[in-house]
Amino acid sequence: MTAENQNVEKLMRGEYRHGFVTDIESDTVAPGLNEDVVRLISVKKNEPQFMLDWRLKAYRRWTEMQEPQWAHLQYPPIDYQAISYYSAPKSKANAPKSLAEVDPKLLETYEKLGVPLHERAKLAGVAVDAVFDSVSVATTFRNKLAEAGVIFCPFSEAVQQHPELVEKYLGSVVPYSDNFFATLNSAVFSDGSFVFVPSGVRCPMELSTYFRINAANTGQFERTLIIAEEGAYVSYLEGCTAPMRDENQLHAAVVELVALENAQIKYSTVQNWYPGDERGVGGIYNFVTKRGDCRGANSRISWTQVETGSAITWKYPSVLLKGDNSIGEFYSVAVANHYQQADTGTKMIHIGRNTKSTIVSKGISAGHGQNSYRGLVKVLAGAENARNYTQCDSLLMSGLCGAHTFPYMEVKNPTAKVEHEATTSKISDDQLFYCRSRGIDTEDAVNMIVSGFCKDVFKELPMEFAVEAQRLLAVTLEGAVG
Amino acid sequence: MLSIKNLHARVEGREILKGLDLEVKAGEVHAIMGPNGSGKSTLVHILAGRDGYEVTAGSVTYLGMDLLSMPPEERARAGVFLAFQYPVEIPGVNNVYLLKAAYNAIRKQRGEPQMDAMDFLTVVKAKMQFMGIDPSFLNRAVNEGFSGGEKKRNEILQMLVLEPRLALLDETDSGLDIDALKIVAQGINKLRSPEHAMVMVTHYQRLLDYVQPDVVHVLADGRIIKSGDKQLALELERRGYDWVLAEAAA
Ligand SMILES: Nc1ncnc2c1ncn2[C@@H]1O[C@H](COP(=O)(O)OP(=O)(O)O)[C@@H](O)[C@H]1O
Ligand SMILES: [Mg+2]
Repeated sequence: MTAENQNVEKLMRGEYRHGFVTDIESDTVAPGLNEDVVRLISVKKNEPQFMLDWRLKAYRRWTEMQEPQWAHLQYPPIDYQAISYYSAPKSKANAPKSLAEVDPKLLETYEKLGVPLHERAKLAGVAVDAVFDSVSVATTFRNKLAEAGVIFCPFSEAVQQHPELVEKYLGSVVPYSDNFFATLNSAVFSDGSFVFVPSGVRCPMELSTYFRINAANTGQFERTLIIAEEGAYVSYLEGCTAPMRDENQLHAAVVELVALENAQIKYSTVQNWYPGDERGVGGIYNFVTKRGDCRGANSRISWTQVETGSAITWKYPSVLLKGDNSIGEFYSVAVANHYQQADTGTKMIHIGRNTKSTIVSKGISAGHGQNSYRGLVKVLAGAENARNYTQCDSLLMSGLCGAHTFPYMEVKNPTAKVEHEATTSKISDDQLFYCRSRGIDTEDAVNMIVSGFCKDVFKELPMEFAVEAQRLLAVTLEGAVG
Repeated sequence: MLSIKNLHARVEGREILKGLDLEVKAGEVHAIMGPNGSGKSTLVHILAGRDGYEVTAGSVTYLGMDLLSMPPEERARAGVFLAFQYPVEIPGVNNVYLLKAAYNAIRKQRGEPQMDAMDFLTVVKAKMQFMGIDPSFLNRAVNEGFSGGEKKRNEILQMLVLEPRLALLDETDSGLDIDALKIVAQGINKLRSPEHAMVMVTHYQRLLDYVQPDVVHVLADGRIIKSGDKQLALELERRGYDWVLAEAAA
């Protein structure tokens, strides 16, 4: 086969574009997990005592926990002793002070990923905190943010410089004992992002983090904590990629959001971890706990996610609607192509009065992909006048894939109104023919129809990322209909 | 322009077209009439390239090209357009977005530069006005929630924007009130020119009152069994199809 043919082949199969490996010396801890490893991580990060104590509590708890089995997912048992729990690019053992100090190879990697560092970032108005394996290597726009009083830095730095904030809020939304994967994360998490937007401040730009798993046989356990004080506003986007490897890699992240009175947090994810090849070999196991806490009255938290990657996705971004009149939103596009499995959805827990939640889930299944929506709407007895609207649509692109919905409702207050709508459709030959009869080729027609299907979610994304998400979806589904 | 010779086609193993011949020259408007289920939609679908039909014999030549060997999008880019009897809804896909993609795909084929969104909007707005289409159309998804009449008008709007050499209209007049019918007829007449040809499938004379056909055909049992001028349509209106069928059987 000629090189050109191979390229065409690749295009046809919609191959993973971010599958390169960066050759950088890493400081990696030997595989295995025990108390010493937890202590070692804490020492490497020069953490205060409260952090070590918290990690150890979590580790001890974790040893007593069982991996959950209830999801509609099938995968061989994960050997937690075969994973390395810490990996840092070596030259970065002492974190860089500025972009100039960042390993050029890393910058090159980010460039390939399309991360807008340097001037591109400025133009795009995006502040990027890039997490490479376990350590944050570069954070841009810190100064401009600092002027506004916004703290946006790697988690490990926040532990050093704002320990009082970390101690106050860490685990206050997702406790260390929350669930198997979150507890594991609490014990071994290595880095992540920290955002603090003080009272009355509207964060002057979109904040963004790119996660990338590079080293082989490492797990990535990042932890993100975002706090919006009274009346604050912040919009945050994370993008994720990983190289192609035949072994599966574990990713178990935790994200905690805290919105105080009148605060608003928009959290958007474009997740494109390596999904494995078209036979289902390799790929990321993505077990993530994301939860937002509408702690104050009139607060609002929105999760928007576009999940095109990972071999397995286990993820339920949730909102605790504690404050009266608070609003929780979940907009999701999840794709399962080839042998990907996605079990994702949300939990909306109505606690305060007049709380509202909206759930819009769009599942796309292609190839042998299995896509499950799993959602819980819970209205507690005190939640007078709670409202929920759930819309859950599935699109099937082949005869071999599957779409499943598991909506759970627990309503303890008779004034609640909970609405659920669900549809399943096959991408229709009539729609495809209609587009083609207008001169549009099949691939473009599929993209158009799928984007239309996802529109209610894409419109929630910041503009530039909506474009990216659309492109990603097109690449992911190339050749999926035929 | 279009030459159909001895076309035989099956749907799910059943023969629907049984040796159909049709010649359409540039500048002509042909009307095809015929009983329900006689194969009119089958014919135009085959011409537009829809899947699911098996052509077992015959040929279709369009502007010297073997039409049946081309995928639907290439036929469209070569100037073939089908106004659907039942236009499909495509949720979330904006009307203008689809139309612009179609327009630019066709321009690209002709080696013409792509038109940007603003210029395109100007073109569409003028034609929308001509077709009496509400401005809210610009913000709506393709045919989503459209009434039957709105869908048909949209088909004609698309036709006017894309300016096809050969337009196939499948019962575009069905289900329209008289005002809508007049507007649709106006749209069809606007495209009429020595370069453009049209094949209109219709059940009713009333469309032909507004769009005068050059040739009228009767399609029955998979064949064109009678052709004539516009007087034939009037006669069919008066006498029904039985006499033509009897004549053909004789
Ligand atoms: N997809 C299909 N599957 C099975 N039969 C079909 C299909 N499409 C058309 N037919 C049959 O072919 C015949 C001709 O249909 P059609 O071309 O739609 O007729 P007309 O448009 O003249 O009313 C009818 O008997 C119809 O039932
Ligand atoms: Mg018909």
